[in-house]
Amino acid sequence: MSVINFDKILGNHERAFMIQSRRSSVLASNIVNSDTPGYKAQDIDFRSVLKKSQGDLMTMQTTRPGHIQSAGSQPMGIDLKYRVPTQPSLDGNTVDLNAEKAAYAENAVRYQASLRFLTGKFKGIKNALKEE
Amino acid sequence: MSLFQVFDIAGSGMSAQAIRLNTVSSNMANAKNVSGTPEDIYRSKNPVFQSVMRELTGGNTDTSGTGVQVLRIDESQADGQKLYNPNNPMADKEGYVYQSNVNVIEEMANMISASRSYQNNVEVLNTAKQLLNATIRLGE
Repeated sequence: MSVINFDKILGNHERAFMIQSRRSSVLASNIVNSDTPGYKAQDIDFRSVLKKSQGDLMTMQTTRPGHIQSAGSQPMGIDLKYRVPTQPSLDGNTVDLNAEKAAYAENAVRYQASLRFLTGKFKGIKNALKEE
Repeated sequence: MSLFQVFDIAGSGMSAQAIRLNTVSSNMANAKNVSGTPEDIYRSKNPVFQSVMRELTGGNTDTSGTGVQVLRIDESQADGQKLYNPNNPMADKEGYVYQSNVNVIEEMANMISASRSYQNNVEVLNTAKQLLNATIRLGE
């Protein structure tokens, strides 16, 4: 019996989606802390995190023959990296507000792109299930 | 879902900036206060921000959000202005009154900066809201 394996169908888009949603909260932190003394701006390196998430995934254990295999989709951990400051500031804050806003907007667009792709995948499944 | 964290983060920023706006307005309102001794003058207040790690809710491993909070409110230690005004009932023996140490121009700049930061946070929140709304409609 073959069950529809969503992990295979959705592929990388689901993981990309998770990383992007995570990145949005990191960038939001940077924007919010633009006036905090000593705050160091952080970011996620999308490429390396996606690459890493294809390797070590959290998978469910299958201890009995009846258990269904699942390829996990949750990346194990996402490391944050500090941004290289563009301009020194007296209070030790390294947030460049304009750069952060641009990155946040870009990330939002990428998130929406991932959403589109996922929607397309689901549409495909629906089409396959429908009888014409 | 990390996007929900954005609401907490942006919300913490908005409340911190609102406190900053509050201190600015309090400083402006008291800018012309006078007192009889240099020690009793109104001192300009300024919040100090501190980043704060969001605690996880519901035990997921998703902790990246760093909100902001007001650590303390500092009072400026600068001297106030000494004005010669013998008709003022508050005046000391030599006829001087002491005005608050609020610098109105500094406060105006601070106010503009705070309101811009507040607007930034609102924009961040709106974007996150749109993304979540789009996510709810996923697959339609």
